[in-house]
Amino acid sequence: MGASTAIELRNITKVFGSIVANKDVNLSVNRGEILSILGENGSGKTTLMNILSGIYFPDHGQILINGEEVVIRSPKDAFSYGIGMIHQHFKLVDVFSAAENIVLGLHEEKFNIKRSAEKIKAISEQYGFEIDPKKKIHEMSVSEKQTVEIIKVLYRGADILILDEPTAVLTPQETQKLFAVLRRMREDGKSIIIITHKLHEVLSLSDRVSVLRKGEYIGTVNTAETNESELTEMMVGKKISLNIRRDDPVDPQDRLTVNGLTCISRDGVKLLDNVSFTARSGEILGIAGIAGSGQRELLEAIAGLQKLNSGSIVYHNPKTGAEDDLRNKTPMQIRDLGVRLSFVPEDRLGMGLVGNMDIIDNMMLRSYRKGKTVFLERKPPRTLAERIIRDLEVVTPGATTPVRRLSGGNVQKVLVGREIASSPTVLMAAYPVRGLDINSSYLIYNLLNEQKQNGAAVIFVGEALDILIGLCDRIAVLGSGRITGMVDARNTTKEAIGLLMTKHDGGETNHG
Amino acid sequence: MIIAFIQRAIMQGIPLLFGSTGEIITEKSGNLNLGIPGVMYVGGICGVIGAFLYEQNATAFVPFLAVLIPILCCLLGSFIMGLIYSVLTATLRANQNVTGLALTTFGVGFGNFFGGSLIKIVKSDMPSVVLTKTSNCFKAVLPFAGKLGAVGKLLFSYSFLAYLAVIIALVAAYVFKHTRMGLHLRAVGESPATADAAGINVIRYKYLSTLIGSMIAGLGGLYYVMDYANGVWSNNGFGDRGWLAIALVIFAVWKPDLSILGSFLFGGLFIVHNYIPNLTMSDQEIFKMTPYVVTILVLVFVSLRNRRENQPPASLGLAYFREER
Amino acid sequence: MAKTEKHVHEPLIHIVKRIAGMPAWQAWLIRIASVAAALLVCAVVTVLLTGENPLGVYKTMVEGAIGTERRVWNLLQNIAMLLCVSLAVTPAFRMRFWNIGAEGQVLIGGLATASCMLLLGNKLPTPLLFVVMIAASVVAGAVWGLIPAFFKANWNTNETLFTLMMNYIAIQVVSYFSYIWSNPKGSGAIGVINLNSQAGWFPAIGDQKYLLNILIVAVLTVVMYIYLRFSKHGYEIAVVGESENTARYIGINVKKVVIRTMLLSGALCGIAGLLLVSGTDHTINRDTAGGRGFTAIMVSWLAKFNPLYMILTSFILVFLQKGASEISTQFGLNDSFSEIITGIIIFFIIGSEFFINYSVRFRESKKGGQAK
Repeated sequence: MGASTAIELRNITKVFGSIVANKDVNLSVNRGEILSILGENGSGKTTLMNILSGIYFPDHGQILINGEEVVIRSPKDAFSYGIGMIHQHFKLVDVFSAAENIVLGLHEEKFNIKRSAEKIKAISEQYGFEIDPKKKIHEMSVSEKQTVEIIKVLYRGADILILDEPTAVLTPQETQKLFAVLRRMREDGKSIIIITHKLHEVLSLSDRVSVLRKGEYIGTVNTAETNESELTEMMVGKKISLNIRRDDPVDPQDRLTVNGLTCISRDGVKLLDNVSFTARSGEILGIAGIAGSGQRELLEAIAGLQKLNSGSIVYHNPKTGAEDDLRNKTPMQIRDLGVRLSFVPEDRLGMGLVGNMDIIDNMMLRSYRKGKTVFLERKPPRTLAERIIRDLEVVTPGATTPVRRLSGGNVQKVLVGREIASSPTVLMAAYPVRGLDINSSYLIYNLLNEQKQNGAAVIFVGEALDILIGLCDRIAVLGSGRITGMVDARNTTKEAIGLLMTKHDGGETNHG
Repeated sequence: MIIAFIQRAIMQGIPLLFGSTGEIITEKSGNLNLGIPGVMYVGGICGVIGAFLYEQNATAFVPFLAVLIPILCCLLGSFIMGLIYSVLTATLRANQNVTGLALTTFGVGFGNFFGGSLIKIVKSDMPSVVLTKTSNCFKAVLPFAGKLGAVGKLLFSYSFLAYLAVIIALVAAYVFKHTRMGLHLRAVGESPATADAAGINVIRYKYLSTLIGSMIAGLGGLYYVMDYANGVWSNNGFGDRGWLAIALVIFAVWKPDLSILGSFLFGGLFIVHNYIPNLTMSDQEIFKMTPYVVTILVLVFVSLRNRRENQPPASLGLAYFREER
Repeated sequence: MAKTEKHVHEPLIHIVKRIAGMPAWQAWLIRIASVAAALLVCAVVTVLLTGENPLGVYKTMVEGAIGTERRVWNLLQNIAMLLCVSLAVTPAFRMRFWNIGAEGQVLIGGLATASCMLLLGNKLPTPLLFVVMIAASVVAGAVWGLIPAFFKANWNTNETLFTLMMNYIAIQVVSYFSYIWSNPKGSGAIGVINLNSQAGWFPAIGDQKYLLNILIVAVLTVVMYIYLRFSKHGYEIAVVGESENTARYIGINVKKVVIRTMLLSGALCGIAGLLLVSGTDHTINRDTAGGRGFTAIMVSWLAKFNPLYMILTSFILVFLQKGASEISTQFGLNDSFSEIITGIIIFFIIGSEFFINYSVRFRESKKGGQAK
């Protein structure tokens, strides 16, 4: 291989505080090769690529380009070595044209948009892009924007391209087009690193696969010599016994029936595609799926924050026996129906809590409307805040500390504590243990179990499969906005769920 | 009379044109400088001080110097104002609205203070400083303007600062559209994070545009005193033209070439009440409202149409801090 | 080829946002230091202009502000008026709605008051007249605030520029009526309204004609503090201002809150207009608001939108204005001296906020970041 190696990483280690994001990672990419980096969320893929593109500086290790050791300190350095990264979140100026965005920040040649447009056309023809250099970014679809980002990198003469989950936002057809372009680049001698967790993409596109798990480098295999189940095992690891408590469901009854939910984004992408399931009381329903498969939209639709194109969300009221459709109702209207719905959103400080307010005032977010007078009642929330601080062992100087000063785990305790305080009949939690240490995580699991015992229908959106399997009663698997399977958590394996997660469904005619 | 009206409207519009071009350049970098009215006052008074000192102390009156000195003083004064704003908002990330308003308070006070002091020094009977000699130098027009009749009057009867205003606006429009610097500046105003990632020095662009913008706006104050007001400085004489210049930015939807037309239109609206026969004093006041009403209509229209090209720079009014993404 | 000789630019000064915040006493120390520094600069400026010794300058300032009983009352009256407008703009600012149209809202409220005094002054019994005046000023101010709020809530029209333009429309409306109702006819000024009957004038308490104004504003300050801090509305305003996303999440109707709050803000400005016309000037002209609409923004912002702190900040600004204007009379300077002083003080205070919110770290010179 030696001579054809474009880039090589040796023993890269990066630590953020107490979290080891990358530990002794080794990686190499050849010229004219597509390498996939596979791993679950939080496995350190993005950190590694950010090191390559100059955003982070590694604590240890070496980077070799064309066999020579180099130091990459900034995105500019990375460019000068021919490394270009296409981020998941595009960095483009909306009101500029494609060409203007592509030449932004460049200094080499005389400024001439027309000539640049011609150069862009030439690049597009070479690799088979379809792009109008004069088109404004805000008039573009997501895939066009991505194309602009890729051309931007090529225009700067990059020959090592890093793509961070490029297909997460694309339709299957757009994905195929992108892959065709990437293959053409490979033929042209470029090196391509693609970060993904979709197994079928890995298998259909790449030459080799490197797998990361929890920041550690697991290994690299040739795509031709592997299969989905081997990769899944590398990605998720051997079964570890987790000892999460799981009781039998308590008198399960239908509580929330979701039927045919469909939600289409402004760009015409189906965020939710005919999603149906039933959540039962006294049971934890897990939702598995790779990030961005429609989890957020699903929960927000139930909470009354997301407009739907079709479908129904029927709540079976345990007290009155009434069946109410919650679709397109506001959170207030839902509450007025007597639905005790609690929601722990993914974005804790941007949605679930107000960072600049203290714990007491954050408690009030849910309860401030109580009481007949126009005045707030701060006593009950203060009592609640103090109880949560005590019961959940929140580490804080006091109840009047702004929550943004708390650590991640304590922020989450405050949020979950508030949401379960109203003894909900439906409790939704999105990634409630993300970024939490082991002890805090177990505390959260216990709280969810408690709610289950109390007869709440708990919907748990998680990422780590072993936890979903250990905690939940049933698991619905989401893939690209649709339910790809519903399994009994007691009789399933990570591999089975992993396959469902990455399954590109049979009914492809439905996509559009 | 129509020709006289148009001529007057254009003269009235020139200070607004300076002010709005300066403010557009500033706003393109994402800085909403509400201190422009103050900057224009300072620009005006610094020019007056320069002219005053030269008129008083010069042994031989050289017209070239009589023009150059006030202009340099004016540029220096408005540069310092721009610098205060930039240091506070771009470096110290202070709130732009508050800083701008404080700058206006300061600038108007500064103008009136030194204006008032000069008035005291000359012991004039009238509450004003008269700099006729300097003003005449500023007002020198093309010699053939008078011979060309109406056309000459409409096109060639203005002082050089008026043409400078138009040229600056056209150059600014060209720079925005056709140069790398303009592209980078607009990127800074639209999305500083993107610009930063592309290797553009956001803070430097913010400083540069605010300083240049302030100096251009300051010239508006100078033009007003030296040409429009015939070299007479009276306190508060400049009035609310600075705010009108800011309004004009919206009217011109952040395009300096449009603001040329806009400023003449506003200039016309500003004085139209003098040219409509048989208006009572009270009706005149109603007419004076029109520039502001028109601005609001444009503002509402722009937000209703929601065309991306006509919107203010997306990061207008926000401080940029790299590590806060 | 790889450029290994590339010069690496490492910033010497690195700015970090204080996530944990700064202890309150430290923050106040910085603010006090900034005021002290500003006063020092002001003194230097004054000394340069007057040649007086600095202590004399400060003494003149203090005397100018509180030297005589009349001056004290004047000072209090001016604080009350500025504070009233500041209270009015505060709810909107807490919501991150940049209402810089207080000037116009005050004027329109004042005009409504003046028109009631003129047209109904000697026709209605006094209590009824006051009810009508209050209602008219509140409604006028609220409407002036509602218009930009309506467009902001529905189409996200830029409120800063909209409210700014509304100021000038209000000024022209006042000018218009100054001619319509001018007294003497044709002078373009309204003159003192109901000079003989004093109909619609706020009564003097004891022999203090401003006391009622001051008391009203004192009550308003407490009420506003309570409203913002303890009422459900105040809480909603804070949540909308902090994070619209959170507001949506807990089911707050953001549009409704925006409009309601601007109605309140405008209505309070209307009251300020009432106090200025009926309680102070007994007339109206384009300058009745006197720039308070703009100064109020600074008062409110410097006080971190807390009505109780606003007593302090409005005191500082008015005190300086009065003191500086005394300096200008004493030393034969121009009136506008006080505006220069105000400007300098505000520059210093807003600049000092940076050191409260960010910390500056100097990077020790080092060779690369390896193995650390």
